[in-house]
Amino acid sequence: MIPSLILRTATRLLVSMILVFSVYLLLRGHNAPGGGFAGALVAGTGFALYIMAEGSESVRRAIRIDPRGLIVFGMGLALVSGLIGMLAGKPFLTGLWWTIAEINSREIVVGTPLFFDIGVFAIVLGTILTLILALEEN
Amino acid sequence: MTEHLGKTGIERAARATGILPLLLFLGAAAMVPHTAAGESYRLAIAWVPGLGVNLSFMLDGLSVLFALIITGVGFFVTLYAVDYLHGHSHTGRFFVFLHAFMLSMLGLVLADNVLSLFVFWELTTIFSYLLIGFEHEAEASRKSARQALLVTGAGGLALLVGFLLMGIATGTYEISQMVAMSASLPDHPLYGAILVMVFLGAFTKSAQFPFHFWLPNAMAAPAPISAFLHSATMVKGGIYLLARFHPILGGSEAWTAVLVIVGGVTAVVGAFTALGQTDLKKILAYTTVSALGIMTMFLGGQNAPSLTAAMTFLLVHAIYKSALFLVAGIIDHQAGTRDIEKLGGLARSMPVTALGAFAACFSMAGFPLFFGFIGKEIMYKGALAEAMMPGLTTAAAVLANGLMTAVAGIFLIGPFLSGAARHPGPRPEACAAMCSGPLVLGGLGIFFGIVPEFVGNWLVSPAVLSFHAHLEHIKLELFHGINPPLLLSALTLALGVALYLARKRVNYGVCRAYEMIPLDASRVYDAAVAAVAALGRAQTRVLQNGSLHRYFYIVAGAFVLLTGYSYVHGMQVLPDIGVPVLSLREWLLILVILAAAGAVLVTRSVLLAICALGVVGAGIAVIFLSYGAPDLALTQLLVETLTVIIVSIILLHLPGLGPGRKTTGRKKLFDGVLAVGMGVLMTTLILTVLSTPLDRSVTDFFENNSYLAAHGRNIVNVILVDFRSMDTLGEIIVVATAGLAGYALIQKRRERL
Repeated sequence: MIPSLILRTATRLLVSMILVFSVYLLLRGHNAPGGGFAGALVAGTGFALYIMAEGSESVRRAIRIDPRGLIVFGMGLALVSGLIGMLAGKPFLTGLWWTIAEINSREIVVGTPLFFDIGVFAIVLGTILTLILALEEN
Repeated sequence: MTEHLGKTGIERAARATGILPLLLFLGAAAMVPHTAAGESYRLAIAWVPGLGVNLSFMLDGLSVLFALIITGVGFFVTLYAVDYLHGHSHTGRFFVFLHAFMLSMLGLVLADNVLSLFVFWELTTIFSYLLIGFEHEAEASRKSARQALLVTGAGGLALLVGFLLMGIATGTYEISQMVAMSASLPDHPLYGAILVMVFLGAFTKSAQFPFHFWLPNAMAAPAPISAFLHSATMVKGGIYLLARFHPILGGSEAWTAVLVIVGGVTAVVGAFTALGQTDLKKILAYTTVSALGIMTMFLGGQNAPSLTAAMTFLLVHAIYKSALFLVAGIIDHQAGTRDIEKLGGLARSMPVTALGAFAACFSMAGFPLFFGFIGKEIMYKGALAEAMMPGLTTAAAVLANGLMTAVAGIFLIGPFLSGAARHPGPRPEACAAMCSGPLVLGGLGIFFGIVPEFVGNWLVSPAVLSFHAHLEHIKLELFHGINPPLLLSALTLALGVALYLARKRVNYGVCRAYEMIPLDASRVYDAAVAAVAALGRAQTRVLQNGSLHRYFYIVAGAFVLLTGYSYVHGMQVLPDIGVPVLSLREWLLILVILAAAGAVLVTRSVLLAICALGVVGAGIAVIFLSYGAPDLALTQLLVETLTVIIVSIILLHLPGLGPGRKTTGRKKLFDGVLAVGMGVLMTTLILTVLSTPLDRSVTDFFENNSYLAAHGRNIVNVILVDFRSMDTLGEIIVVATAGLAGYALIQKRRERL
């Protein structure tokens, strides 16, 4: 089955936007609708679209790493973000925050929950890609 | 590891790990002067303080005796195993298991909190499993490993129950505190239950009759493991337990009666069975069972000589039996067989190994000037001094020791002294590292036999006094004068010679006796394992028959029936369910959802049905959005989208699922009833939930703290990644597991195609 030219052209434009949007959702999640889970689902639909237009081989080439590695990475990141709190003598998974900059007298903070959320993102995206690619190549 | 280090690199690294037991041994030895003076040391780290679980350790005479055995034998076993396993592809794994076991065993004998003791107890069981099954490509090996795991694991669970009951009865989980308040424990109503549970744990671990069958099977493990775990250390775990809890649970008639009878039966049955074996390791395994029985029997006693006998024999046995197992391993390694019928003339071709074997066997036979003799003397002294059943104890001890003397003869005379080898011919001597263990341990048996006062004052007596401080100190001596114990020793040797000469006839009798017993524990074990497997197959046939329909019926049916029942049962008054006033937009939405749901029912195309379901989901997402839940709506929409995509991919790849299959009328009716039931139930539940007033305290907490404590304005996300991140962690573990499991299933299908 050869995908239509319209789909392929539109996909090129759309997928990059979808992926950027998914990262945006991930990062804004703490203050507005979004978060790691939703971001990963958006990214997953983006890649699903890409699979339909270009086939699974090109998706594998584009992401370069095995999606199962993404699952492992996400799990590791989530656990490490929990352990950081323990290193500070607090219970496992306690959120710690650091101010990294101050713009217009507003503090920009980064905390371990962000890493946790990135871990969630990686696991969910890794799972979706693992399953879709395996199904597609079956 | 294999990729970075060559074969020899791993072996060099493995040899270097011998430093770990050596250092621990030296550390324990340095504590001996302190513990011999009656001091004890305690270290506690809070683990789960809310439940009274502490990682607390105590070092006293008893712990030090065990720690010295564990690390001392561990050192020689490490050196030995490097050459024994030379060229094996899993050498690295072996040493990881070996040292992990050693540390767990040390934890077991040092733990002061019963629950941490239990954790170490189970760890030793697990590493024993891994080490018995080390040659996992052999089926016998796997089977034996599983048997040992199940038997000792079940005993471990019983022990946990015993520990918890003890905690309830005494109000503490610390052994040192239990000892202080143990005087009234034998009168406690829970005492009987505690005793049974602790006995089950100790008897399974220390291979007491009728649970002893796993130990001979555990000989599937490599020889150094048999020497270490299954003679010197792990099987002594139960003995340690009985000694450690002697001041807490001992002192009752039930304690003495059970231990003397079970121990005595084990000692005699084990030794009789050993007599008829032809495999060197099986001979040693059954004598180990017998020896453990003797220790158990003497721990049943209450007086100082009995307990000293148990502790002395513990050391005696650990030294000579680990040496003999190492010898058996050397013979197997050099000659290629462990069958005594095929071996011969080894004393000439392997003189160094023979020297170690002779020293250890003479200790086992209990000849004067060997440590075994000292152990036997004190044993008879203890047996004669017992208040309950002295005659029975003495008889069992004499018989078991006589049999062991005969077995020592069988071990030595056939393989080492008889003419030239019948099977393999003369074999070269093993290397120095392998011979060092039997030689040093054998030599130790002679050294301790000549100066027993030394080991008695520094190791044995402090061990006894550490759990019974009020008892008198029993001196170990080579010669006590002509007295009943000496006469009994002489009788034992004579009995041993007689049994050796009549071994064929005795064995014939033993075999006949075995045939007459209709049921033994090992057959009960086999039947139980087979029954569990059959149950598993039966329930798989019913529940997991591979039909998606069936799974869904079971899940949905169980939900409707159970939830519906508890809803109707628990409802006081019918909830006030009013029909809410809806705007035009909402009515339109409902119409779209209903139309899509109707399309699912009507259409024949599976693909169309999936898309229509997606529309239902999207409609619900819009409802969420209109009620001010953007996060929920976003997620719902995305999940619906992905579901449609994934299911479409699956359907496009599946053969023969184009148009839906025709279903029969009855089946349709059943499906319909279930679907309607589910829908009605869910609707009623949600309306009921809505009609009860909302408790806002949790919401208020999140609203007030979300930004101040967690730097986030989106409460939903703050809850997910911060306030309740433990839940999220659990969920992402589920997602990851499901993803990998799904991947494995898909891959497997592809392989089959």
